[in-house]
Amino acid sequence: MSVLVYTETENGSFKKNAWEVASYGAQLAKAMGTDAVAVAVNAADASPLGKYGIARVLQVSEPRLETFNARAVASLLEQAAAHTGARVVVVSSSADAKFAAPLLAGALQAGYAPNVVGLPDSTQPLVVRRTVFSNKGFAHTELQGERAIIGVSNNAFGMVEAEGAATAEAFTPEFGEGTFATKAVSVDKATDKIAIADADIVVSGGRGLKGPENWGMVEELAEVLGAATACSKPVSDMGWRPHSEHVGQTGKPVASNLYIAIGISGAIQHLAGVNASKVKVVINNDPEAPFFKAADYGVVGDAFEVVPELIEKLKDFKAQNA
Amino acid sequence: MKILVCISNVPDTTSKINFTADNTAFDTNGVQFVINPNDEFGLTRAMWMKEKQGAAVHVVTVGGPGVEPTMRKALAIGADEAIRVDATPTDGLFVARQLAEVVKSGGYDLVIAGRESIDYNGGMVPGMLAAMLGMNFVNTCIGLEVDGTSAKAVREIDGGKETLETSLPLVIGGQKGLVEESDLRIPNMRGIMMARQKKLTVVPAAEATQGTADKTFDKPAPKGQVKLVDPANIGELVELLHKEAKVI
Ligand SMILES: Cc1cc2nc3c(=O)[nH]c(=O)nc-3n(C[C@H](O)[C@H](O)[C@H](O)COP(=O)(O)OP(=O)(O)OC[C@H]3O[C@@H](n4cnc5c(N)ncnc54)[C@H](O)[C@@H]3O)c2cc1C
Ligand SMILES: Nc1ncnc2c1ncn2[C@@H]1O[C@H](COP(=O)(O)O)[C@@H](O)[C@H]1O
Repeated sequence: MSVLVYTETENGSFKKNAWEVASYGAQLAKAMGTDAVAVAVNAADASPLGKYGIARVLQVSEPRLETFNARAVASLLEQAAAHTGARVVVVSSSADAKFAAPLLAGALQAGYAPNVVGLPDSTQPLVVRRTVFSNKGFAHTELQGERAIIGVSNNAFGMVEAEGAATAEAFTPEFGEGTFATKAVSVDKATDKIAIADADIVVSGGRGLKGPENWGMVEELAEVLGAATACSKPVSDMGWRPHSEHVGQTGKPVASNLYIAIGISGAIQHLAGVNASKVKVVINNDPEAPFFKAADYGVVGDAFEVVPELIEKLKDFKAQNA
Repeated sequence: MKILVCISNVPDTTSKINFTADNTAFDTNGVQFVINPNDEFGLTRAMWMKEKQGAAVHVVTVGGPGVEPTMRKALAIGADEAIRVDATPTDGLFVARQLAEVVKSGGYDLVIAGRESIDYNGGMVPGMLAAMLGMNFVNTCIGLEVDGTSAKAVREIDGGKETLETSLPLVIGGQKGLVEESDLRIPNMRGIMMARQKKLTVVPAAEATQGTADKTFDKPAPKGQVKLVDPANIGELVELLHKEAKVI
């Protein structure tokens, strides 16, 4: 009757979202009066999970999982759930987790609640609050049936530190025929850039920046802040920036601590995708731009003057606080 | 090649979202419904495969009679036939089971669904369907080429993209990138006329259980006033972000 937590790794190290789901799983297990068991694939050292309340880790070593494979991960989680008698499986909101979780749900015939923003309203029945309608609302969703999957929203729950160390035990799942039939042949990932999904701060530019040649200051601002860069939909549609930077209802969702919108009007579809960010700053020369109604801080001014000035002030700030 | 495009019927992206007085349901009053944007990219990719590779393209929606105008729009864009499974789409597991029956009885090789529906943001139906049928699956798919029974797909990952090799039968969860925004087609008069003649079959729902139930809804707390900073005094913004918002 335990809680199973899928803690993601990359090149042998845990991703930041692993600490978040570990914290969530441990707190959930406490509320349910049971233990949280983590599953880690090819982790060099699983003991740090103890710091987030995990006592037991099923450690899978599998060379074929050096690159992520959704079907294999779904299969090993299914086997781990059977092994531990788990009632609930907790996963993150990463692209990989959102790839594997529905496969697991289909195999287990389990209900799956994605984008969950906090611990359950109740554990019997199990009811969770999750975002729906692209952050325009929340649903309180009951997870029925014997097994359930909870997908925790990025950056919504945070990390809860606890005492203790995790003990790891080897877990060797068996993979049926066809498990690796879909396989990654190449990965194209900018290693020098911060991914929007992982970023604490996102700096985003819109059509107000006039053209791709003006993105230098956006990138510089992002660099000073250690932020990811993003853009509005028309900016990616016009090819000023890559599609992977398009955020909003039909692009990537953003749930960062800080979102800075430069020359973005704040159309409903844009806001729907970025509203989950905790603090929003808007820089726009039109005081009537709808984004000001959704923002915490605003500067009514010309981006071409405000942004360079902001970069300077941030550099001063960093120098003083270094 | 037989392609099934799964279409969910969702509120237009400009919709204001309200819930009924007792907060137990989405209030559809005054809401316009459209083809889920992620599905529209998939449908357009399927049209390309129809024109270039001779694929047959059917569309399916699990829903009541009210979804038929959206299905007619898909037919007007160029799908050959439509199937409506007559049931209220209560949750992902239930919908996936319904679609699984349609895929089995229709013998489809390729199922194109969307990454997520923009209403309940489930992002689960295509993967569940693939698992139920033992079909290959690629999610957040931004590129798809099919050659015979082999397929090459590009998937968006956090911070980049990944190219995958797979084979039919295959389910994808697609999104923008499958085709470009500028490739999307607005149905023309001829398409709309032809759509009226096309077959729209209604099939009864299969026996299926639900995994989840949305009990109540609430809305985000109203936003406080924006704090404006004078562009002549940007240092204040840095100060506020550090001391007040504590985000830098
Ligand atoms: C089905 C559908 C889905 C959509 N999905 C998305 C989505 O996911 N994401 C998304 O972003 N959009 C989406 N859109 C598009 C959305 O409706 C808007 O068109 C878009 O967000 C506008 O982008 P923008 O703010 O960059 O441009 P604009 O609306 O043109 O705004 C530019 C802003 O820049 C300001 N500006 C101009 N010059 C300066 C200057 N020198 N300094 C400072 N500010 C300046 C202007 O005042 C203006 O407010 C969608 C639309 C549809 C129909
Ligand atoms: N009621 C439905 N009928 C047909 N297809 C659906 C339905 N609901 C979801 N889908 C498909 O599954 C995708 C993901 O939806 P969801 O899992 O609900 O976010 C959608 O983009 C559709 O392709």
